[in-house]
Amino acid sequence: MTFAFFNATFFDQAVLGITPILLAALAGTLSERVGLFNIALEGEMLVGAFAAIAGSHFGGSLQAGVLAAVVAGALFSGLLAVGSALLRGNDIVIGISLNLLAAGLTSFLLRTLFGVSGTFSDSAMQGLPRLTVPGVASLPLVGSALGHQNVLVYLSWALVAVIAGFLNRTPWGLRLRGIGEQPDAAVALGADATRYRFIVTLVGGALCGLAGLQLSLGSLTLFSENMTAGRGWIAVAAVMLGRARPLYVAAACVLFGLSDALGLRLQGEGLPNQITDSAPYVVTLAALVIAGLRRRRLAGALA
Amino acid sequence: MTVAAELRSQLARHLGQALPVLGAVAVGFAVCGLIALWVGLKPGLMFVELIKGAVEGPQLFETVARAVPLVGMTLAAAIPLRAGIVNLGADGQLALGGCAAAIVALYLPAPDIVRLVAALAAGMAVGAAYAALAAAGEIYAGVPLLLSTWLLTYPAKGLCGFLVRTSLRDPSTAWPSTARIAVGARLGSLIPGSPVNRGFLLVAVVAIAVIFIDRRSSIGFELKLRGLNERFARYGGVDLHRQTLGVMLASGAIAGLIGAIMVLGSQFRYTDGALTAPQYSWSGTLAALLAGGEPVGSVVAAVLFAALQTGGFAMERSVEIPRVLTMVLQSVVILFLAMRGAIWKRP
Repeated sequence: MTFAFFNATFFDQAVLGITPILLAALAGTLSERVGLFNIALEGEMLVGAFAAIAGSHFGGSLQAGVLAAVVAGALFSGLLAVGSALLRGNDIVIGISLNLLAAGLTSFLLRTLFGVSGTFSDSAMQGLPRLTVPGVASLPLVGSALGHQNVLVYLSWALVAVIAGFLNRTPWGLRLRGIGEQPDAAVALGADATRYRFIVTLVGGALCGLAGLQLSLGSLTLFSENMTAGRGWIAVAAVMLGRARPLYVAAACVLFGLSDALGLRLQGEGLPNQITDSAPYVVTLAALVIAGLRRRRLAGALA
Repeated sequence: MTVAAELRSQLARHLGQALPVLGAVAVGFAVCGLIALWVGLKPGLMFVELIKGAVEGPQLFETVARAVPLVGMTLAAAIPLRAGIVNLGADGQLALGGCAAAIVALYLPAPDIVRLVAALAAGMAVGAAYAALAAAGEIYAGVPLLLSTWLLTYPAKGLCGFLVRTSLRDPSTAWPSTARIAVGARLGSLIPGSPVNRGFLLVAVVAIAVIFIDRRSSIGFELKLRGLNERFARYGGVDLHRQTLGVMLASGAIAGLIGAIMVLGSQFRYTDGALTAPQYSWSGTLAALLAGGEPVGSVVAAVLFAALQTGGFAMERSVEIPRVLTMVLQSVVILFLAMRGAIWKRP
């Protein structure tokens, strides 16, 4: 491997790959901490991606697209909030059906509202504008990747710190963690578990809406059916690998983003894309297995 | 108790079980009707075409033909579900099974009938082995099956897609696929002039076996025990790891068999994406969830979903309403039931 193998495009691809997974994984982190297993991230993201395109096409502006993505993500996750937080239904079953509902609904609306199947794009639509951070952008190799990205990319990095601070340094964060770890004790101390779970689920939906926005309006301006392609599930894996601690979760997301970019890079070197497309999933699985084996060994050493 | 009273209480009990399901189906239809209305379609006409398209004349055979793989994929989902395990990787097992069956049916130097049997066996073996990989991940490294099975579908589909583009590619076709399988090595037609092939019999045998094992054997008893209460099952002496492996082997073998049946019975070649495009594994998962993994109920739900899908095709043709709406309908039904806590209550 030469130095040119890891070129500026590689790092740019990696950052683009990380962003949607990171936003969804932060949503999953909050859910996990409040004691809900959220596997509907994939579907919420897909709804967000579609709403972003529909909003900016029919609303005629980028702002309308952003608003639509956030609102649609939150509304869609409202179904999970009602079913899981309020009515205490099984979150896995609800999650599976929500993911399918999202796939079916977006495909249906793509055909009826836009009259196309597969992919919709509109040249008049605006993508998220790129922001240049002076100084950082002129760094060699990683300059463009770190200093010349859209607002959402920077927002996702800031959110890692914000959510970490919220969970560990605020009374609400303490209550939230308490509900996840010892619900009975937290409720006995006066925390309203249902309300926390409800709000966390809605916030998670909005975050996934942003993740979808990044997919459909981040670097391209199009929606294609099932364009999330398992990213929501990779986010679930990232939450698990990072044991729902925001910084560790973010580190896991970086690993997956890099493997995504590596796959694309190898494809550029002539490897068939059916094989390279599998890279992020294989890396995710390998990471889960390695982490699991390590945990087992540590547990064995303690016993 | 008199016979009449006994009958009445039996009826009330079954009705009590069925009512939430019927209610959910009604909600599903209502939601889809509203969505159709919102985008400017006529829901009344839509449902008439949907039902007519599922059962009218030759359409009934279409429904049966569609029910064969769907019942199979439903059973593949139902077996793990019975024990509270979710196998979301059936698509990968299906694709690998179908691809393996195509390879054996095309290239095994043996008489036709031997090739056919070997191809079916290869499909089952490959599907089972791939599912076992996920089971091993959970047993040895604690990687949750829910996640590993899903993530494993991508490399599986990628590998099959790669093979049919390279070494297995039939250059005479526009779409990446293998060569056509010889007539003698195919699963022939069961009802002449209809799309129903002999895979029907294989799936029927599998269904009967699953129902029998579920109801009459200690294996089935231990599965249900775990589904109801995992800790109690372990305390009662059930080897959970062994059971996980067994469940995944069975589930993967059925998914692989369905892949083989689809290749040998209706498509006659492995074409990239053709096995997973109808989304039988998703409909199967939903059908199994609808019945809580109980095999007879799962089969009934699968047949209903097959009718719904066939009707969806007819609806799309006649009134130009996208058939993907039937997928919305299926997921809304399960969503509503799950939200009400009617399936898989929390412990």
